[in-house]
Amino acid sequence: MSFVSYLLNGISLGSVYAIIALGYTMVYGIAKMLNFAHGDVIMIGSYVAFVAINSMGLPIPVSVLISVAACTLLGMAIERIAYKPLRHASKLAVLITAIGASYFLQNIALLIFGANTKSFSSVVKMKPLQFADGQLNISGETIITVAACVAIMICLMAFMKYSKAGHAMLAVSEDDGAAQLMGINVNGTIALTFAIGSALAAVAGVLLCSAYPSLTPYTGAMPGIKAFVAAVFGGIGSIPGAFIGGVLLGIIEILGKAYISSQLADAIVFAVLIVVLVVKPTGILGKQIQEKV
Amino acid sequence: MKKLLSLAMATILAFSVAACGSKAPADTEETTTGEAAETTEGAETDSEGAEDTEGTGTAAEGGVLKIGGIGPITGGAAVYGMAVMNAANLAVDEINAAGGINGMQVEFQFEDDEHDAEKSVNAYNTLKDWGMQVLMGTVTSTPCTAVVAKSAEDNMFHLTPSGSAVESIAQPNAFRVCFSDPNQGAASAQYIGENGIATKVAVIYDSSDVYSTGIYEKFSAEAANQGIEIVAAEAFTADSKTDFSVQLQKAKEAAAELVFLPIYYTEASIILTQANGMGFEPIFFGCDGLDGILAVDNFDTALAEGVMLLTPFAADADDEATKSFVTAYQEAYGEIPNQFAADAYDAIYIIKAAAEQAGVTADMSVSDMCEAMKVAMTQITVDGLTGTGITWSEDGEPSKSPKAVVITDGAYAAQ
Repeated sequence: MSFVSYLLNGISLGSVYAIIALGYTMVYGIAKMLNFAHGDVIMIGSYVAFVAINSMGLPIPVSVLISVAACTLLGMAIERIAYKPLRHASKLAVLITAIGASYFLQNIALLIFGANTKSFSSVVKMKPLQFADGQLNISGETIITVAACVAIMICLMAFMKYSKAGHAMLAVSEDDGAAQLMGINVNGTIALTFAIGSALAAVAGVLLCSAYPSLTPYTGAMPGIKAFVAAVFGGIGSIPGAFIGGVLLGIIEILGKAYISSQLADAIVFAVLIVVLVVKPTGILGKQIQEKV
Repeated sequence: MKKLLSLAMATILAFSVAACGSKAPADTEETTTGEAAETTEGAETDSEGAEDTEGTGTAAEGGVLKIGGIGPITGGAAVYGMAVMNAANLAVDEINAAGGINGMQVEFQFEDDEHDAEKSVNAYNTLKDWGMQVLMGTVTSTPCTAVVAKSAEDNMFHLTPSGSAVESIAQPNAFRVCFSDPNQGAASAQYIGENGIATKVAVIYDSSDVYSTGIYEKFSAEAANQGIEIVAAEAFTADSKTDFSVQLQKAKEAAAELVFLPIYYTEASIILTQANGMGFEPIFFGCDGLDGILAVDNFDTALAEGVMLLTPFAADADDEATKSFVTAYQEAYGEIPNQFAADAYDAIYIIKAAAEQAGVTADMSVSDMCEAMKVAMTQITVDGLTGTGITWSEDGEPSKSPKAVVITDGAYAAQ
């Protein structure tokens, strides 16, 4: 029974990684850049939700929507101010700018919200489900997180497949020069990508802090890096890849902790990553170019 | 585009100016309330002293003793650094108002290190440029271990209020106010064993942190002597400190009656929330790192009900010294002081006691001062907030008896 419990914890943690990884993978697929500020957008989203719920006393759904709106604007602003001017600069310059944006957001949060840890009250009010006389306990957060993750992935894949904007994204990801010649607004498409990625970051932030309730200006940093690993693991640029990578990473982390060694949990995760990349350098689903966004 | 860039730069500039602006008045206020008059006096005596030295070459009365402080006032451990800085300022103001140390007025400057070893060394260098003669810091163990190597090179007297790792005072110039980690671990095991609190104990510790591992190792060694069985010893690292479901699940399956948490309060607040979510209700027992858990914003303090922690200071103790300190601290900063504040307050008075014992004067070199105070430290006995009759051995460790507090109705209650 404990195995099932560990597995569910792993899927729950992995689903959060997956939602964050979707943001990484979309931006990478289309703008061909690693947006290291993504993890910090998550943190800002959590703070916005925290302020809306606790300081302003707004109902939870409204607060989550405000958080999503704020992150969408923030993501587009970062893209417009920090990344767009560097579109034709070297890859390295953009990477450094992204790291700069990440530190900028952390320090702004430090200035506004202070360094003290805030305890985020869960947005999920569902009672935990109990099976087998309370030996197996599934929390409401786990159910909502997994459901949200699957729903988001299905919506994104449908968006790519059936909408015009989705087709434009696919075109830009394959060849932005050719896409521009065909009359696609490349800048607009990239801005839309950042908007969607950042909106997902807000959702991920709220879910992350509901399950693991401590909120500091550095909350987004480590999950951001783990999610980046998940995106590479699954094949960066691929939407189902990010989902599979995230969930697998979460499961490996939790099962490694439970059955091998809690000290070595991270070492195990990254060892698996190295093995996967040596055997399959493009990641698990990296080859399916059609799925690329 | 350039316009946009300059606009962005201007915004950043405005932010930084605003930050300075908001801070400066607060600082000035602090000085005016406590020591504006003294500071000018001190400055005058200082210049006179300097003239004297030039003229006759003999030691002069008065002058200024510059004490530097280092600790995190931003970042995850900021609660500790803020407490140390505030309490030290309080002690310095009191000492200056009462005539200073050996006639010297004390100047105190505090630098932020964000609980980061590298930044701590930078802060140390900044303070040296400022003219620091005695170091009161650093607040947290890992940075302290880095800084003590530097202060030993300079042979500067170094007293840490709360750096509890063994290595934090590995050099002969360094002393501490708090217990060392091993001593906290052993004392915890003894306390649990002697009071019969539990026999089946699980431990959750941070294997990437010297403070946490140090306590854990000594705890598990002492636990055997106390008839305590460690049924689960689970670790986490700095990179995986958001999810503790596995560690808690294992402790629960091992039927632990008590979970020992030799960790900091940020992680402990998650552990308490997650344990509550999975219906696991053991006794939680921690060390000084748990101090601060009640200050976590929006944390449901009902979750911390019954948590025990080993700490040398309880704000509700009814001796005179504690009462007057708590009142003064509350008036100045609007908060109830934690044990880090008490450690720092004691630290400043310990420096005073050692400096007086050693007959330190303002014109002594940093190294001479250290040599004299090092000897004086082993001779003095200090009655402080964190213990009575505290004495020091040559290796810098204090000798005092441990106390435990229990969180009751959202406040620390002495046991």
